[in-house]
Amino acid sequence: MSTRLGCAVLLVTLAGCATTDRVILLPDDNTGKVGKINVVGRDGDELLLDSAYGEARTGTGKVRSDTLDSDAVRKEFGKELAALPPRPKSFLLYFITDSDELTPESRALLPAILDEVGKRPAPEVVVTGHTDRVGSVEHNDKLSLARAEAVRDQLAALGIDKAHILVAGRGEREPLVPTDDDVAEPKNRRVEIEVR
Amino acid sequence: MNQRKQPGHSVFRYFLLGAVFAAFCASADPEVAGIFKSVEGSVTITRGSSSLPAQVGLPVYQADRVITGPDGRAGITFEDSALLSLGPSANLSIDRFAFDTTTHDGAFEITLAKGKLAVVSGKIAKHQQDAMKVRTPSSILGVRGTEFVVEVGGSQ
Repeated sequence: MSTRLGCAVLLVTLAGCATTDRVILLPDDNTGKVGKINVVGRDGDELLLDSAYGEARTGTGKVRSDTLDSDAVRKEFGKELAALPPRPKSFLLYFITDSDELTPESRALLPAILDEVGKRPAPEVVVTGHTDRVGSVEHNDKLSLARAEAVRDQLAALGIDKAHILVAGRGEREPLVPTDDDVAEPKNRRVEIEVR
Repeated sequence: MNQRKQPGHSVFRYFLLGAVFAAFCASADPEVAGIFKSVEGSVTITRGSSSLPAQVGLPVYQADRVITGPDGRAGITFEDSALLSLGPSANLSIDRFAFDTTTHDGAFEITLAKGKLAVVSGKIAKHQQDAMKVRTPSSILGVRGTEFVVEVGGSQ
């Protein structure tokens, strides 16, 4: 290998090391809440990002931090932010007690769900059943899935392609109203429709 | 369980094990990790030794790589409802994706080798701290929520 080529390889390698990777934490688009990201650099040093527009830079040496603002982020990451898929939209459906019939209020939401599906590219509908804490975890898993499947069939009957409807049963894991075990709570017996 | 040794027995057991394994492999359809919701310009999915152009509605799977051209952009919604988008000249691999829709246990690990990325994390990151990870050539990001952007190879 010629010395010149050797030098070129060395330079490219050095240049590769000298580049910087960056991560910038953004406030939630809907709520303004800010999450957290734990950044681990090459040498194993760590930095926790937990404020809006907080930035961590990694490359050679320690992780460095900075704070940007929304204008700078929009300018530098405008293309990426514009390409984000539409945010999922959720609807809650309730049933008339001891039936698989929707309450009149929930039935009235169906046109809005269909409308939302029609607006989206490659739409998917995720139907997730939830129960209260009466009965065992296993029983509630089955019950919540059965409820979700019942709603899926109703949505399919309205013309949504069944291939694009996903069902899930969350059982009693995600109550809207936290309760002790074996407490009946109608607000927790619901089906969530997420259009995405 | 019966501990007696019977010559034919263990052979049968291996046979059974093999049959179960074969059935498992046959049924192990790859699970969809996400769906393309937006594609602009040149965007390619690399899957094993083959590659195909990305289109709105196409799925991505664990082990796929998504590469955008200089004019390319893409947006993907994942099964846990995480949103992800790539800008031009980006290179992203889906290292690992698993999601249990009942418990929300899962793993979501991606590597950005090049370019820029925007992310809104989903149910996996919400359920379990650090179950979602983003790697870059010089960092590992443990995602605890929710919205962020990443750039690989920016200037100092």
